[in-house]
Amino acid sequence: MENTVKQIVEKYNTNRNRLMDMLIDIQESEGYISRDAIATLSQLLEMSQADVEQTLSFYHFFSTKPRGKYAVYLNNSPVAYMFGREAIKEAFEKSAGVRFGEVTSDGKIGLFDTACIGMNDQEPAAIINNMVFTRLTPYRVRELVKMMKEDKPIEELRKESFGDGKNYLPSLRSMVSSNIRRKGMILSDDYHFGTVLREKLPTLSPEGVIGEIKHSAIRGRGGAGFPTGLKWEFCRRAKGDKHYVVCNADEGEPGTFKDRVILTEKPELVFEGMALAGYAIGGEEGILYIRYEYRYMKDYLEEVLHKMRKEGLLGTNISGIEGFNFDIRIQFGAGAYVCGEESALLESLEGKRGEPRDKPPFPVERGYLGYPTIINNVETFATAVRIVQNGGEWFTQFGTDDSTGTKILSISGDCMFPGVYEVNWGFNVEDMLDMVGAYDVQAVQVGGPSGTLIGPDEFHRTLGYSDLSTGGSMIIFGKQRNLLRDVVVNFMEFFIDESCGSCSTCRNMTQVMNNKLKKILAGKGVANDLKDLKEWGRVLNASRCGLGQTAANPIISSLKNFRPLYEALLQKDKDFDEGFDLEKSVQASCSYVGRVPVFNHH
Amino acid sequence: MSNLIKFKIDGKECMAEAGKFIVDAAADNGIYIPTLCNMKGVKPKGACRICSVRINGRLMTSCTTPVADGMEIESNSTDIQDLRKSIIELLFVSGNHFCPACEKSGNCELQALAYRYQMMVPRYPYEFPMKPVDASSPRIIKDQNRCIFCKRCIKTIKDETGRSYFVFRNRGHKLEVVLDEEMGKTINSATAHLAMENCPVGSILVKEKGFDTPIGKRKYDKEPIGSDIKL
Repeated sequence: MENTVKQIVEKYNTNRNRLMDMLIDIQESEGYISRDAIATLSQLLEMSQADVEQTLSFYHFFSTKPRGKYAVYLNNSPVAYMFGREAIKEAFEKSAGVRFGEVTSDGKIGLFDTACIGMNDQEPAAIINNMVFTRLTPYRVRELVKMMKEDKPIEELRKESFGDGKNYLPSLRSMVSSNIRRKGMILSDDYHFGTVLREKLPTLSPEGVIGEIKHSAIRGRGGAGFPTGLKWEFCRRAKGDKHYVVCNADEGEPGTFKDRVILTEKPELVFEGMALAGYAIGGEEGILYIRYEYRYMKDYLEEVLHKMRKEGLLGTNISGIEGFNFDIRIQFGAGAYVCGEESALLESLEGKRGEPRDKPPFPVERGYLGYPTIINNVETFATAVRIVQNGGEWFTQFGTDDSTGTKILSISGDCMFPGVYEVNWGFNVEDMLDMVGAYDVQAVQVGGPSGTLIGPDEFHRTLGYSDLSTGGSMIIFGKQRNLLRDVVVNFMEFFIDESCGSCSTCRNMTQVMNNKLKKILAGKGVANDLKDLKEWGRVLNASRCGLGQTAANPIISSLKNFRPLYEALLQKDKDFDEGFDLEKSVQASCSYVGRVPVFNHH
Repeated sequence: MSNLIKFKIDGKECMAEAGKFIVDAAADNGIYIPTLCNMKGVKPKGACRICSVRINGRLMTSCTTPVADGMEIESNSTDIQDLRKSIIELLFVSGNHFCPACEKSGNCELQALAYRYQMMVPRYPYEFPMKPVDASSPRIIKDQNRCIFCKRCIKTIKDETGRSYFVFRNRGHKLEVVLDEEMGKTINSATAHLAMENCPVGSILVKEKGFDTPIGKRKYDKEPIGSDIKL
């Protein structure tokens, strides 16, 4: 074991900034990260053991205890439950003989819950040793467990056909489906990869590229909506020996999976966009930071990069442009939603806990390792290529005045055709529901848990930065769903689990509010509780990052738009909550001593 | 003198050197903005959020935001004061803070802030979480019941090679500040005392001696926290 750790540390040049890679490699080769491994790591990297552990313990997929020869991670998003997760869970527990959170005594099978794995259009789904199994049924689960007990290689567990699109490729061989249901400029097949790097860039200066991006008025596709052209310009102007291009593929917002589809079907477009950005800001290194849930794409993406290097689209003097050098490496996360926040992502890239940084300074000034860095979403890079190909002016004809271009939506939940749809900004929710075949809709979660939950009276609203802003997650709930019990609590628990814990507000308030929600669900709520929830939620505005600031949105937004659901649960005859019931509390002790309590109520 | 800039806090004209953090610039102008995780001479982290102020309609932490020329800062408004009080209350309910039995009583910044903000009963329900006390080090007691995750010990208590004695473990609601087991065994007396001093609450205590200064004669027993900042 000690030798394995040594080799792994050497593979990354004993560089502390690569601690994430080292931990991932150890976890994958040993099945866990033992005390001995931590001791060896800390010695070689000259860190304290606790310091190694503070990074390790931050990430969901790292463990100091064995997770089993087969580690099963079953998605626990609301949509998974809507499609039978309860039965799947039961089938796993029954046939494996252990509960979730445990490993079988022979060390073979470990069962674990995990937050949305980006498969909402093919739930219930689980990751087993980095392979994604979709559309699970109890029968299939029993079969899987039987094969695991027989020590079958993971490849032999696969009985399904490969998914659609490129999922059949030898380097991917995945059961995941891309489910592209509507194509626009990004998902269309009419672009020949490399055209912009080969034909456009030799005629355009870096400033010219930024000019086109600015003219297009494209805003960041990750959800925050910062103007991309400005970001690139700021970074180009920022002083530093190096400039970095980082692609954020950590899509962890429950209900979103479009980056998975873009990276499966159009990875060349994303990498070309990163190279284009490198040219624009004067950077030579790009990093794709991708969530660990998509580990199954590793070989495939490496192969694409390798091919691009061979074709001269990455490397030195690209397209014959003197001094245009650019290459990309892939960095995996290890299970932390907050790392989708750009500054937390940078911390994680540097091998640390994914705690958001204080801003200012912004990453364009001080980013990865302190150098000026742009961080853009997968979709933004892909779109940038089409903008430079056709010009910023061309791009503005799509979408609306304040939201130009197209948006790729991840649509899931109660509808006939869940999947990925590329639409022009300005699309309204009503049309969207008719497009995907969603009938008897009670609510739509726009933009994931950190977004808004809207009901039919708001379905006339349009998708765009000035109305319903979204990173693309759209979850549809039919009339049969219990929104508070099955959706809001699930989302609140998601935020409680995923908070980095740094700010007092997000660390504690989410818990306080969720407790109150549970109290209301238990039938113990009073009218004052609703007032409290509304007021208390405001405290989260003082959090450092977007996660913290929106962490109570599931409650705040459902309380605003679905207030009658809350009111129906309140105790009608009380406006004050005593907190506890004296008669009930002394009942047990009274029965022991054989006395009847007497209360003077008046 | 050339790099002096003008800015306003709650309408009051102030002056400071450009680049100074708002909380220090305010103190120089006789205005107290409460802090808890912040420490003089240590890189701020903006963890407790108590020093939040409003600039251009946005809440910002004044310990991490530098003043800029012409900046208009809102600090003393009712809602910001209530936000600060809320955060103090949140810290009380999410830990187990029993002041009368705590060695740090009177020297505790959380307690002092609660007095200053006249907290009577927290508006949030007490959580009474189960938290351990780590007394494995021969010199230090790390009482998790009282920890408020300010990060001061993590940032300031280091050995000669720069390694931190204290680190974070886990995340979110399960977050803990822990003492490295090995390093805790060999921590010297001076470092242990510094750790206790730097802890704003009673989460890090030095073993074997307590109540050196009697209660009633401690730092915040006579004057509220922030009283040193006056015109």
